Amino acid sequence: MRIAALYPDLLNIYADRGNLLMLERRCAWRGIGFELTRSTIGDELDPDAHDLLYLGGGQDRDQQLCAVDLTTVKRDAVHAHAARGGAVLAVCGGYQLLGHHYALEPGVTLPGVGLLDLHTERGEGRLIGNVAIEVDGRTLAGFENHGGRTILAAGQEPLGRVLSGHGNTGVSGFEGARSGNVVGTYLHGPLLPKNAWFADELIASALGVRADELEPLDDRFEDAAHAGARRAAGV
Amino acid sequence: MSAPAVQARTGVPLPAAVATARLAGRMARLAGKGGTSLPGKVLTRMRPDAIARMSDRLDEGSVVLSATNGKTTTAALVASILEAHGTTLVHNRQGANMAGGIAASLLGSWRRGRPTGALGLFEVDEFWLDGLVRALRPRVVLLANLFRDQLDRYGELEAIADRWHQIVADDAATTTASGEPGFRLVLGADDPAVADLGIDRADVLYFGVQDVAVARDTADHASDATTCRICGASYVYTASFVGHLGHYACPSCGHRRPEPQVTADRVVLHGTRGSTIDLRLPDGTVTVDVHLPGLYNVYNALGAAALTHALGVPAATIAAGLTSTAAAFGRAETVRIGERELQLLLVKNPAGANEVARTLALAEDELDLLAVLNDRIADGRDVSWVWDADLEAIASRVRHVTCAGTRAAEMAVRWKYAGVAPDRIAVVTDGISAALDHALAAAPQDHAVPIHAIPTYTAMLELREELVRRGAAKGSFA
Repeated sequence: MRIAALYPDLLNIYADRGNLLMLERRCAWRGIGFELTRSTIGDELDPDAHDLLYLGGGQDRDQQLCAVDLTTVKRDAVHAHAARGGAVLAVCGGYQLLGHHYALEPGVTLPGVGLLDLHTERGEGRLIGNVAIEVDGRTLAGFENHGGRTILAAGQEPLGRVLSGHGNTGVSGFEGARSGNVVGTYLHGPLLPKNAWFADELIASALGVRADELEPLDDRFEDAAHAGARRAAGV
Repeated sequence: MSAPAVQARTGVPLPAAVATARLAGRMARLAGKGGTSLPGKVLTRMRPDAIARMSDRLDEGSVVLSATNGKTTTAALVASILEAHGTTLVHNRQGANMAGGIAASLLGSWRRGRPTGALGLFEVDEFWLDGLVRALRPRVVLLANLFRDQLDRYGELEAIADRWHQIVADDAATTTASGEPGFRLVLGADDPAVADLGIDRADVLYFGVQDVAVARDTADHASDATTCRICGASYVYTASFVGHLGHYACPSCGHRRPEPQVTADRVVLHGTRGSTIDLRLPDGTVTVDVHLPGLYNVYNALGAAALTHALGVPAATIAAGLTSTAAAFGRAETVRIGERELQLLLVKNPAGANEVARTLALAEDELDLLAVLNDRIADGRDVSWVWDADLEAIASRVRHVTCAGTRAAEMAVRWKYAGVAPDRIAVVTDGISAALDHALAAAPQDHAVPIHAIPTYTAMLELREELVRRGAAKGSFA
């Protein structure tokens, strides 16, 4: 399992490290080799060297720096990675950068890398709180905290349906977006420690296997934490 | 803008409002309800100008301090110094630091139309600082640090930094317009986000750690504010102390850490007990024993020293005050349960947690922990931060950790992924009393082994209440 964390020094505001740690340990406990590469501003990205690209959330100013780099230095590599079926997980600010653009304020628009068919606009106030969504008949639970409202284009598949909380816009009833192995979501908290099943889905999709082919782990604590996050969201 | 107009709009005369708020507080206490700040909330509801009017009557005015970490402890250190100096205080000692809490502490000291203390000492919540500075018109404002904390409640760090910049700009504008002096600004030099507040002012008093021997090898995962506010380049650190606090400079525009006037020139850490520092002040250098553990408490001591120096307290009195401070309410407080010691270490954000972990790593024996994670509003509903905390630093030292609180299982997952074997982790979900019993039973029979409790804010209050009930700790509202 070879992961590249993009801008880990700048896009890390919601404990994104927890998502990476989750992937690392769950691979290690199964004897799956794990390699983490950090790729920040100015670094070239090898389009063939990674199974999964990870982008976290950041503050506005840091997000602007990343937007410029992502759409210039790393643009072609990110598209080539996705085109050959490589997995991408982008959370919050990183999710916004996977769309076409993010209209931050009048006169300030961040470019996006265009991997997902969506765009984001700054809304009135932040959407904050515990959130739960339904993905393929299962539940993802976490926490959201975003000023952006993300609008999906007509053909863009969302990640899930909002069961509780705000989601992409607060009114659309949908959360996140997914195209093949590319996933974007506002759920942090962080996402994977509260949803071990989804961590395994990601590992499986990055490695090109089915999740039920992965060796089962003792998930007593993880299942209880998932239940706790759902309870916090009222689901 | 005349006074009678204000009077007409606010209605109830101040003495009547004071009497009513007192009664409300008494009734809430009889009913066993209501926090420290309830009577203050009643008071400010009836008289929105109560804080301004009442603080106006303080003979020596007010001082205000804010930070993400260490507010209550720093204020306790300041109080100890000022008591050694003979100054009587009105002080929100219990850490209720929004408008209601500050109004409540003024109310508590109010006798015959004036406060019983001469100087107001108020720790203020980061987000309430602008309004309360306007109301209190303090003589000195201490701003110590800005860490990632409870983002769901407060918005992003930069938003708070921007609000603080506005407070400083407003003070300058008021001073220019009215000719009256504004506040003296005391800032942490080692936190770039805070030090930058003083860029346009001449009379800032800065404090910082000079002794690079206590710097760490690498920066924390939880580091914030590592890019230059002027040009956006990443700061380069030559020394990193706590989180993003350290000696930094911008490689692009040359902006760098200001040279502090109040410094710790030598720091010797004594494990979980405290430290000895050579404290340099403009009027002399003194050696001080701080009976609070960890480098973060060295910063708290420096902030307290700088603030009291700005008030004219001599170096020797500052040293005496710092040395005589006991731990603030629930912050590194040690209590006895039967034969066994239990140390309470409040943990509320990754930077604080990292320092607690760093301090626990100095303990000689394996660790028996009671980790209580709540997600109530005062804790922050978002528990993400536990994943930023460097629990890996002590994972290999944990003999047993009892996880409790509203998000007990998430705490357990965090310890498991930090590297603690699952059979050393227990989840107790049926209340703080059961959790405490479990932690006591799981620890070795040798009662000389202490238990370290690391609760979030509301968990600390619950745990402390339980300890009081068992006769192990003193009540705080006596």
